[in-house]
Parts: sequence; C-alpha cells; structure tokens
Amino acid sequence: MDSRNNIKEILKYHKNMTTSTHIPEQYNEDYKKLNEETGHLEPNWLKDIRAKAFQNLSKNGFPTKRKGNEKWKYTNISKLSKTSFSLQTIEDQNILKKDDFTNLVISNESWINIIFINGKLQTNLSGIENLNPEITITKFSDSFNDPIKKQLIRDNLSKYSSSEQDGFTSLNTAFIRDGILINIHENAEIARPINLSFISNSTEKPTVSYPRLLVIANKNSTATIIENYIGDSSIQNFTNSVSEIILNDKSKISHYRLLNEGDNTFHIESSRVTLKTATVFESTSFSKSSKIGRYDLKVNIEGENSYCNLNGLYLTSGTQHIDNYINIDHIKPKGTSRLNYKGILTEKSRAVFGGTVWVREGAMKTDSIQSDKNLLLSDEAEIDSKPALFIYADDVLCAHGATAGNIDPETLFYMRSRGIDLQTASKLLINGFASEIINKVDIPDLKKSLEKLFLESLPNYKLEF
Amino acid sequence: MKKQNPLLEIKDLHVSVEDGIKILNGINLTIHPGEIHVIMGPNGSGKSTLANVLSGRPGYNIDSGEIIFKGQNIINQDPEIRARNGMFLAFQYPMELPGVRTWQFLKASVDAVRLHNKLPELKIKEFDKLLEEKKAIVEMDSELLKRSVNEGFSGGEKKRNEILQLCLLNPIFAMLDETDSGLDIDALQIVAKGVKDFHSNINSVMLVTHYQRILNHLSPNYIHVLIDGKIVKSGDKSLSLELESKGYEWIRETISKKS
Repeated sequence: MDSRNNIKEILKYHKNMTTSTHIPEQYNEDYKKLNEETGHLEPNWLKDIRAKAFQNLSKNGFPTKRKGNEKWKYTNISKLSKTSFSLQTIEDQNILKKDDFTNLVISNESWINIIFINGKLQTNLSGIENLNPEITITKFSDSFNDPIKKQLIRDNLSKYSSSEQDGFTSLNTAFIRDGILINIHENAEIARPINLSFISNSTEKPTVSYPRLLVIANKNSTATIIENYIGDSSIQNFTNSVSEIILNDKSKISHYRLLNEGDNTFHIESSRVTLKTATVFESTSFSKSSKIGRYDLKVNIEGENSYCNLNGLYLTSGTQHIDNYINIDHIKPKGTSRLNYKGILTEKSRAVFGGTVWVREGAMKTDSIQSDKNLLLSDEAEIDSKPALFIYADDVLCAHGATAGNIDPETLFYMRSRGIDLQTASKLLINGFASEIINKVDIPDLKKSLEKLFLESLPNYKLEF
Repeated sequence: MKKQNPLLEIKDLHVSVEDGIKILNGINLTIHPGEIHVIMGPNGSGKSTLANVLSGRPGYNIDSGEIIFKGQNIINQDPEIRARNGMFLAFQYPMELPGVRTWQFLKASVDAVRLHNKLPELKIKEFDKLLEEKKAIVEMDSELLKRSVNEGFSGGEKKRNEILQLCLLNPIFAMLDETDSGLDIDALQIVAKGVKDFHSNINSVMLVTHYQRILNHLSPNYIHVLIDGKIVKSGDKSLSLELESKGYEWIRETISKKS
C-alpha cells in the first residue's frame, strides 16, 4: 500500500469517528404519521419549524460520547440512540385512569394541575380552564384561532432552543404536538403554583413522549412552575423534553423540577431560560430515578441586575445515571448567579455534573458562585464533576468548587463523642446534606412530598470510620 | 474524701501518631470525683492529644499504658460508649454539621446517653424544658438552635454550644480543650459559669488551657505542667500564677538542674 492510500485510509477512519449517530427508522415513520394526523391543523410556520427540525435530526443524529464531544463525554447514550421508541397514536391514548398514578403524582387541590400521560395532555384531569384572567395556559394547537396567542407562540417558539442545538432538541421540535404555552400577564402575581405532571408509563412497547413548554413571564409578573417527570414502567420509555422560559423585565419565576421516572426510563431534558433586566429566576431541581437522566439547563442573563439561583439534589441508586449539565451565561453587567448542586450516590450508580459559568466581555460586576458537592456512599459509585468558569470581563467576583467523598471522619467523631452511634450519626449527616436543598422549597406541600421521597429512601448507611 | 475510688487513672500512657512520632511519653494521672485538674504546657507538648486520646478519637496509636475510667480499662472502647458512660470532651475546634439542626443534634445526644443508661428518650416537651433551663446558663440565643450545628456560629457561640452540650449531657467527667482560647471577657465568664454549674463533688473536670485567667473563675485542685509528652510538674493553684509570670522556660531549667 503506498503512502497516499494510507492517508486515504486514515481520513476514512477519521470521517467515521463522528460525534453523532444516525437515528432509528421508527422516528421517520412516526414523523410521517404525525404529519398525517395533525399536519392539516397547524399553521405553515409551525410545520416549517418542525420540518427543519426533522432535517436537522436526520442530518446530525444523536450525540455520542466520542472524543471531542465534551458535552456528552461522561454520558453514554448509545443504547438510547439505538432503541426504537414509538410515538403514542391517538387510539392508544386515554387508556389510563386517574387512580393508576395518583400515588406518583405530587399535587394539591389549590395548585393549577396539568397532567400529561405519555406526552398527551389530559384535559379532563387538568384544571386549565376558568383560570385567573391574568394567566393563559393553553395547548399550542388550541391557540391557533386566537391571533394574540398564536403570535406569541410564533414569536418565541424555538427561538431560544434552536433545533440546531443538538439532536435531542431537533427530535423534540420535530414532534411538537401537545406543547403548552404559559403566558403570565404584565404585573400579574400568580400565587397558585402551576404544576405540570408528565407521566410516562406505557407498558406495551418502548414509547417516547415530547413535552414542550413555552413560558413567558411578562413585565413585573411573578409565578411558580413545577415540572414533575414521573413514571414507574417496567419497560424502557423515553422522555424528550424541551422548555423555553423567558423572563421579561422585573419578572420573577420560581421553578421546581422533579425527575422520578423509575429505573427504566431514559430522560433527556433541555431548558433554556432567558433573563431580561432586573429579573429573578429561582430553580430547584430534584433527580430521584431514571435509567439515564440528563438535565441540560442554560440560563442566559441578557439584562442587567438579574439574579438566578440554581439548586439541585440528585440521589442515585442501582445502576442509574444522572447528568446535570448546567450553563449560566452572564452577557450583561451586574448579574448575580448561584449554582449549588448536591449528589448522594449509592450502589453502582453514576452521576455527572457539568457546571459552566460564562462571564462575557462587558458583563462587569458579575457575582457568581458555583458548587457541586457529592457524597459517595459506595466504592462502586462514580461522580464526574466538572465546574468551570470562563471570564472575559474585569471587575467580577467568581468562585467555584466541587467536592466528592465520604463524610469527614472528624465530623463523625464529633457526633460520636456525644454518644451518637455511627449509624445514627451517618443518617443525621446524610439527611442534613440532602435537607440543605430540600429546605429551599417554598411550597410546604411540595416540600413535604420531597422530604418523603428523598429522606425516607436514604440508605441506612454506616459510614466507614 | 480522697479515700474514694478514683474516677480516672492514667497509667504510664505512651501514645504515638502514624509516622511513629511519639506524642505522649508516659503520662500518669489520677483524678478523683469532684476534682478539677488543669493541664498547662507549651504548644505541641501533647495537651490536646491527651484529651483526645481519653475521649477515643481515632488516629492515635496507644503504644502502652492504661486508661481506667470508672474502674474499667477503656483503651479499646468506642468513643460513643465512653460518652454514654459519662465522658465528655469540649472541642478546641468544634465541628460544623451542615444540615443537622442544633436542636436535633442535642436531642439525639441526650437520648443516646439516656437510652444507654436505661432511661427512656425524652419527650419533646421534656427536652425543651431541659434545654430552656440549660441554655439560660450559657446565654445561648434560641435562634442558634434552629440553625445547623455550629454553621455560621461565631467562635464564642461555638464554645458556648460546647458548654451547653456539657450542661445537657451532665457527664461525670468533662475535658475542656482550650475552651477559653479566643474568648472575650464576657464569653469567658459565661463559659466559666457553665463549667461551675456542671462541676459538683461528684463531677470532675480536666481543663486544658494556656491561660491563667479562666482559673480565676474556678477553683482547681491541681495544676499539671506537660512538656514533651510528660507531666513534669504538678502543684496547686499557685503554680499557674508562677507559670504566668515566669513562663515554661523556668520549668525546663528546673528540670535540667535536677537531672
């Protein structure tokens, strides 16, 4: 073989080392089916958004953890990429009764409860009609007759989460069907938490759902949003969620998110949050169970004097894999961001934390702290924590750190010297570690449910001494 | 009085740390019920090590010797068992316990000791009453009880919290490891008040300190000077005054003259 051929071989080899894979045929079929079912009901611009997204998906495929793809370095989704997940057709739906999942759903009569089952909005189980006139909650497809709502969706949908961003956002965008618009009107103070439950429990065949959320907080408005992803199916389902949240000047959103879909479900979620001037975004994320659960949250601070406080708790067991991929982008000056995630890892589970804060040129007087702390309660558990800071501005205050390990023996000794045995001491400390995040929840009933979900399932663990 | 059985007997105790470095070189010390013993000495002489070893802190090798507490050699006893049997160490640097509320921690400690002594756990109301009474002694702010243990506490608040624990657990033998260091006059008085409140003709104290000033508030029976891991001189309260004016060099000189 001459050297020229050799180079050709090498080039061919490298061409095959792509950072994405191609997609199962099932998505093609379902895309066609979706167009046949609902295509005639949607406006052309939405059809175009979806078509473009599907093109991007076919072109780019799903990401892989190959070299050069830092974003997916520690999360192997090859199994997910290869599995054929079906979209639930109209006939399949509504086979579930409320009783089938009441034990899973966290809700309260005083909240605005919205329930989706396998991606389909359950209007009969949800309370989005006759709401306070200061808020609009509607399915995209129900709003095309209303010029104002239609325009809002057209102006914002897919603008913050581009379908070019990655294969999973393309996939979600291509399959927008039961997307929801939450529009909080100017000066509105919505006291009732808006509680969205996405239940994934198809037991017939691997099923995919595509939750899609567009939240617009208009000037000077306040609201609380809860996103619950729950399920307990014995088969592998896939939830592919995308939300776009826009906070206009002086608005405030408190956002809670819970991932508890059982040990078999794949969960890929992307959230894009845009902060205009003098806004407050508080986010508290909880991950309890998922086969592979990825939360890709990005907050863009596009206005001055804005504040975001992102907290997270993940508790992993078995062979679960939880990946929190958090980015905060300080584009404008005087922004404050707090990023505080904590993990408790048991058995053979694995977690990934990628936390990156960008301080762009001109974003002076940025104040940012990020931290990721992990308790590894098993020798076989693994955490890959990678906090990073990229600062291109002067006069900023930034700090970051990550810890991983067992509980400090000195701390345990302190407790033992007060008569507390090792097991009780361990439990108090593990509880305390988790409570720091749970205590950030401002809604008493939600807090109670989370305490039950997390603290009661903490392992009875005797830390090594 | 002195014919009583000793509460604690340390016999020829030799202790080293991991690298084989010897810290204690044959300590002999007997403490009877109701006595206050003060351990003084220059930095690095082994004062804190002595208190830590007695409390059962891991990380030390006991090369030889005995620690007899209430008639039992406790060298191999877990720290929680020693604590339940009435031994207490007020830490020089109390640990922070993030997420563990002070109230919860105090209740867990009190209950652990009670259960060991065949007493039922305290009901919340009973515990709160006890807590109310004891925290008044150390003038502890109620707000601190709701916070995580020692987290965000000032130096003085941490030390008060130690003394609060002492008063709540009411052990039979309390060791105070430089509890008086870094305290202002008011805080020092409060700490001394707590120790006085605890001390009785049954309860004994071993106080590790650098300063004479806390001794003005207490009435120690013995002052021991520890140098290079050995008690080189013992005396009554006047020894501490002499040390304050002459320093440890004076002791070193006296020893070398003798030998």
